[in-house]
Amino acid sequence: MKTKFISLVVGGLCAAAPAMADLVIPNLSYRTGAYAPGGIPYADGFNDYFTLLNARDGGIGGEMVSVPECETAYNTEKGVECYEATKGLGALAYNPLSTGITYQLIPKVTVDHIPLYTPGYGRTSAANGKVFEWVFNYPANYWDGASVAIKYLLDQNGGDLAGKKIALVYHNSAYGKEPIRTLQDLAAKHGFTLTELPVDAPGQEQKSQWLQIRRDKPDYVLMWGWGVMNQVAVQEAANINYPMENFIGIWWSGSENDVIPAGEGANGYKSLAMHGTGMDYPLYADLKQYVYDAGKASGNGDQIGSVLYSRGVYAAMVIAEAARKAQELAGVSAINATQMREGFENLEITEARMAEIGLPNFGQPFAATCADHGGPGAAMLQQWDATSKKWTLITGFIAPDQDVLDPLVAADSEAFAAEAGITQRCN
Amino acid sequence: MLYREAGDFKTTYGEDSQTFPIRFDRMGYYVTLLVAFGVVPLVINDYWASAVFLPFLIYAIAAIGLNILVGYAGQVSLGTGGFMAVGAYAVYKLMTSFPDVPILIHVLLAGFVTAAVGVLFGLPSLRIKGFYLAVATLAAQFFLVWLFNKAPWFYNYSASGQITVPQSKMLGFYITGPQTSATAKYLFCLIILVGVAVVARNLTRGTVGRKWMAIRDMDIAAEIIGVNPLNAKLTAFAVSSFFIGIAGALFFAVYLGAAEVTEAFNIQKSFLILFMVIIGGLGSIFGSFAGAAFLVLLPVFLKNVLVGQLGWPTDLAAHLELMIVGALIVAFLIAEPHGIAQLWRLAKEKLRLWPFPH
Repeated sequence: MKTKFISLVVGGLCAAAPAMADLVIPNLSYRTGAYAPGGIPYADGFNDYFTLLNARDGGIGGEMVSVPECETAYNTEKGVECYEATKGLGALAYNPLSTGITYQLIPKVTVDHIPLYTPGYGRTSAANGKVFEWVFNYPANYWDGASVAIKYLLDQNGGDLAGKKIALVYHNSAYGKEPIRTLQDLAAKHGFTLTELPVDAPGQEQKSQWLQIRRDKPDYVLMWGWGVMNQVAVQEAANINYPMENFIGIWWSGSENDVIPAGEGANGYKSLAMHGTGMDYPLYADLKQYVYDAGKASGNGDQIGSVLYSRGVYAAMVIAEAARKAQELAGVSAINATQMREGFENLEITEARMAEIGLPNFGQPFAATCADHGGPGAAMLQQWDATSKKWTLITGFIAPDQDVLDPLVAADSEAFAAEAGITQRCN
Repeated sequence: MLYREAGDFKTTYGEDSQTFPIRFDRMGYYVTLLVAFGVVPLVINDYWASAVFLPFLIYAIAAIGLNILVGYAGQVSLGTGGFMAVGAYAVYKLMTSFPDVPILIHVLLAGFVTAAVGVLFGLPSLRIKGFYLAVATLAAQFFLVWLFNKAPWFYNYSASGQITVPQSKMLGFYITGPQTSATAKYLFCLIILVGVAVVARNLTRGTVGRKWMAIRDMDIAAEIIGVNPLNAKLTAFAVSSFFIGIAGALFFAVYLGAAEVTEAFNIQKSFLILFMVIIGGLGSIFGSFAGAAFLVLLPVFLKNVLVGQLGWPTDLAAHLELMIVGALIVAFLIAEPHGIAQLWRLAKEKLRLWPFPH
């Protein structure tokens, strides 16, 4: 009986590999656990875009795309397991949607030579392509986000934040701690005081933080939250009658799932946005025809058009464009991960190209170079309207303050280069 | 017929007191070692190392450590995750401060640091017992995780609070860092596990272990026959924390490579290892291995069958996996409250009589 069980175990463990396809882009998603409200729509959008390319165009450049999905539950151990399980399939790019897993994968992809694409999350200083050869985080990163939020507040206050009090409510993890250094530098530059309020994961318990906000009455509250933490924070802010228009979340704290539970109380809440949202783009006609109506929609199909679904579509679009660029540069359609990296590094997304894809005015145009893996970093602001249950964009793209960010990125990436013994490229 | 003492003559005291008195067991033990050291390193790849072998080996070390405290000395502890974090941060600080010293020495030193912290948090066990002690160790769990997240000295003032292991070599092979081969990682952990298991097994058979068991079974009686409770309880905390610290150091440095204390060493970890000890069997070294294997291999196995072979959606598979593992734990404990080790013991009793039971 024992040998039978062991052979069963071995059989089960060996059978991890799905059929080989030509272009493999694993989707390290999380549809369970405390971060599932964010993970599900993102994974759905990511899958649906590639399903569309396969159904409508026959893949990318004539090569079908296979997107094996692996559940990480936002857990670093499972993330590593998923990475090891899928890299043998010939993975071309990873997009784990978790800053913790990203930190774990950066050394691994550097040795295994597989590109890692982390739009709007991950290690900010990976924007420095001189040090991080295999990591890309365009079009924007956390430090850009922090700077854009402060710039918006400067605009609101006639260019002067001196003497203002700004509180940062953040997820007490690598993700939430990322913007602190930038905000401290910005506080020194613009003369506002910064209060840091950590919220321990997963973030259901925030009473004391909001009590402190009620007592201190900061002029503005910024938030770096994810998963259930967002909903709880919006609800708590509504409970203490904090003026919602002075409460700004990062782009990971600005989805429908974050504000709907608070009902009317969430009206006026703002968040950053690095791309447009909603279904008013021509792409959705194709998605409807080839994916939704064909019954191929990923998941339950109930997240279509939401903010994080759009972000999944955006990430998939950038990866697909990088693959296209890589095919063009390599002259073959069946590219490998090294050629894929060339595609990422020489990628240029223009407004004309986005309109061609069916996403006009959806994201910002950018062009990567050997040294610049971070993009321009601009972001918009969106505001929640609780009656129509819609996010409305209230600004255009605001560029971040590169004078403050560039030295920070240089310092952090150089520290990493020294620690890991990396010689800088692109010189 | 095969599995019996009869005919296996012992002529020295050494032979009489060996760990595996039955020849069949002994052969099994040597064959297992031979396969583990001789065959597995030749066939192992990155996936098998990261998904199956490394977690199993490292959790087995932690389970042996906790089993000494809970199973042998009877002191309930919920602070395992916190003690593993001590081991991880100790090895990180040591490796970044003294990069030229071999990693094996750092891992052992991290074990000693954890042992000291364990003794400190074990002091309340002299006054309180049972659930009350569990709560005191729970405080250790939360305090240690909070400390490592709060004080930037522990994570060398990095912007994100993450710790990332530096590369290190031993005998010309990479042991930590991304360039490490699966074989090197596996063998490094295996050697430490075998060492830990041999030490633990012999400690529990000797004076120290008998004192722990005396305290566990009835502390007042033990005190009357001359067992010093201060000595017995604190040695249990020290030895247990030493092993758990080693497990934490390996977990961070060899297995994960980068860690965040709130995520990698939270209360879930304490429960997971406690479950391993309970399912495997309290007061049994074999049980620690069996419990670790059960809780590490089963989820990976289910995931591969449900997603890899049956092609089910990943979220459905993940939820089913939780339900199946949970149901199996309950079923197991109803069928055999003393864990897998007891099943193994019963199987051996039956084997001795086979094929002529009474």
